[in-house]
Amino acid sequence: MVQTEKIEGAVAQFENPATLIKAAQKMRDEGFRNWDTHSPFPVHGMDDAMGTPRTKLGWMVALFAFCGTTFAYLLQWWTSAVDYPLVISGKPFNSVPAWVPVMFELSVLAAAFAAVIGMLAFNMLPRYNHPVFNSENFVAKHMDDGFFVSVEATDAKFDKEKTVEFLGSIGGTNIELLVADD
Amino acid sequence: MSAHTETSEPPLITGTQSFHSVSQRISEVTEAPIQGTPKLWWVLMVISLLALANLGASIAYLFWEGVGIWGVQNPVGWGWAIVNFVFWVGIGHAGTLISAVLFLLRQRWRTSINRFAEAMTIFAVICAGMFPGIHVGRPWVAWWMAPYPNQMGIWPNFRSPLLWDMFAVGTYFTVSLMFWYTGMIPDLATMRDRAKNKIRKVSLGVMALGFRGSGKQWQNYEKAYLILAGISTPLVLSVHSVVSFDFAVSLVPGWHTTIFPPYFVAGAIFSGFAMVMTLAVVARTVYKMEDFITMKHLENMNKIILLTGTMVGYAYGCEFFISWYSGNDYERFAFVNRATGDYAWAYWTMISCNVIFPQIFWFRKMRRSILVMFVLSIIVNIGMWFERFVIIVTTLANDFMPSAWDYFTPTFFDFSILIGSFGLFLTLFLLFLRFLPMVAIAEIKGVLPQADPHFYEEKH
Repeated sequence: MVQTEKIEGAVAQFENPATLIKAAQKMRDEGFRNWDTHSPFPVHGMDDAMGTPRTKLGWMVALFAFCGTTFAYLLQWWTSAVDYPLVISGKPFNSVPAWVPVMFELSVLAAAFAAVIGMLAFNMLPRYNHPVFNSENFVAKHMDDGFFVSVEATDAKFDKEKTVEFLGSIGGTNIELLVADD
Repeated sequence: MSAHTETSEPPLITGTQSFHSVSQRISEVTEAPIQGTPKLWWVLMVISLLALANLGASIAYLFWEGVGIWGVQNPVGWGWAIVNFVFWVGIGHAGTLISAVLFLLRQRWRTSINRFAEAMTIFAVICAGMFPGIHVGRPWVAWWMAPYPNQMGIWPNFRSPLLWDMFAVGTYFTVSLMFWYTGMIPDLATMRDRAKNKIRKVSLGVMALGFRGSGKQWQNYEKAYLILAGISTPLVLSVHSVVSFDFAVSLVPGWHTTIFPPYFVAGAIFSGFAMVMTLAVVARTVYKMEDFITMKHLENMNKIILLTGTMVGYAYGCEFFISWYSGNDYERFAFVNRATGDYAWAYWTMISCNVIFPQIFWFRKMRRSILVMFVLSIIVNIGMWFERFVIIVTTLANDFMPSAWDYFTPTFFDFSILIGSFGLFLTLFLLFLRFLPMVAIAEIKGVLPQADPHFYEEKH
């Protein structure tokens, strides 16, 4: 039975945000790729410590906001000046100043959808399960008061013994191998 | 460590909290069994449900009989339904102001109150959105307001402020809901991991979307939150501006003024903060959240009430001056009539509640008295309801031709639907307090001193 156990990664606990930052710097410098830190709140300075590149979410939101503006203009122009032209208060059919409120609102609406859905997509959420959830200690602590580093077995540098040893050498405690439970 | 405590402000959260005690204190409210629900909650819930039932019955009768059951007539075709609409939309604005504007301004004290202020926004906008819907006369075709291809071959009029309003309020509701939910994801994950029974495990597991607080996730999460705050700020300003266009874009004396957008926005923030205050005092008392919603939070809100109340007072004065300065007889009459005509009682109620009474907050002792702030927050909301009544009803009742004038008298159903809307609002709010994290757990942890990695450096 032991041979069929599938190891999906390893997880180690750290004492506080400061030690987690130091551990993250060491993980980054060691050259790991499929790894992550876990904290119950965003820790200031973690992006630099982990060496995560800046998120592209802002560009995506800007693109969707622009699409919202364009759609709103085309909708109002086409319905009011092309498909169903009607003289109202003697205004021109394509009365652009009157289109501004709806253009603004639809830009904001598109931007908000892009921000939320984009955030979830970049984070690969919603997700049914993840190897880290196989550790009971992790589940109990990671969104409460625990600080963790996790490495996935898919990482090229991952090795059952060496990685565990390395996690210990950078100050990790409660080190566990993540064993798939199926 | 000592260097920190000496140089920084007094702590935002009191009572020596650890990360775990924050999770515990806020989650346990939602985890308590039925017997663990405070008595005061049940009392308030029963009252709210009665008012809600009354709303349902009144609306059913309204749909059966038509809008004639209200006091609306010629020339006052916009009665309490529209007064209530503007009132409730305005209430919502403080929630967005706290969650978005104060976030962008890095006002860290907002973390204790933003969650339930956002909840208040959503429930207030639900109440607001109901009123135009039931005011349209034939509510079963209210969806004709939306632009969709139809067999009649017609489209809505995009030059109408009423249509802009539909887009503004619809967007506002959707964006507020997404902002609120996004803010709650980490807290739902905290509660998911604490869940003991099957129902909580499954429902919280689904709602938390598998969030695992990883560094890479927090990065995108924080960016999304910042963007939502950034776009909600102009949005909240635009929504009440568009609401004010319903009046300002018309040619009715007393409505056709350029001061309306900023004046409406200031009034909205004023009334909204008063409502946040009412709810904060209730939530704090029912659930004993004194460590999280401290006197500092309440005092800061009182300062904002004083500021925005004074801005509203300035707008009243400015409006009056400009009507005289314009030299337009109709415009002058509209304002003199408000202050001295048939509705002078409403006008002076508005002035006293909104401009005079809040001046009491110049005194520190008054700003820090729970009783004073609770009573005043209710007075302010009465005043702000009257502001909308004065703007809408006095203007329509006495417009151009004296032969067309009439006096507006509300009916029983005007009262019952207004009271009912409070029932809807409070029912939703009480359910929220009981079942969702009323304070942002992850954000509170983030403002604790030990959340700062530099906190550990100077420890000797």
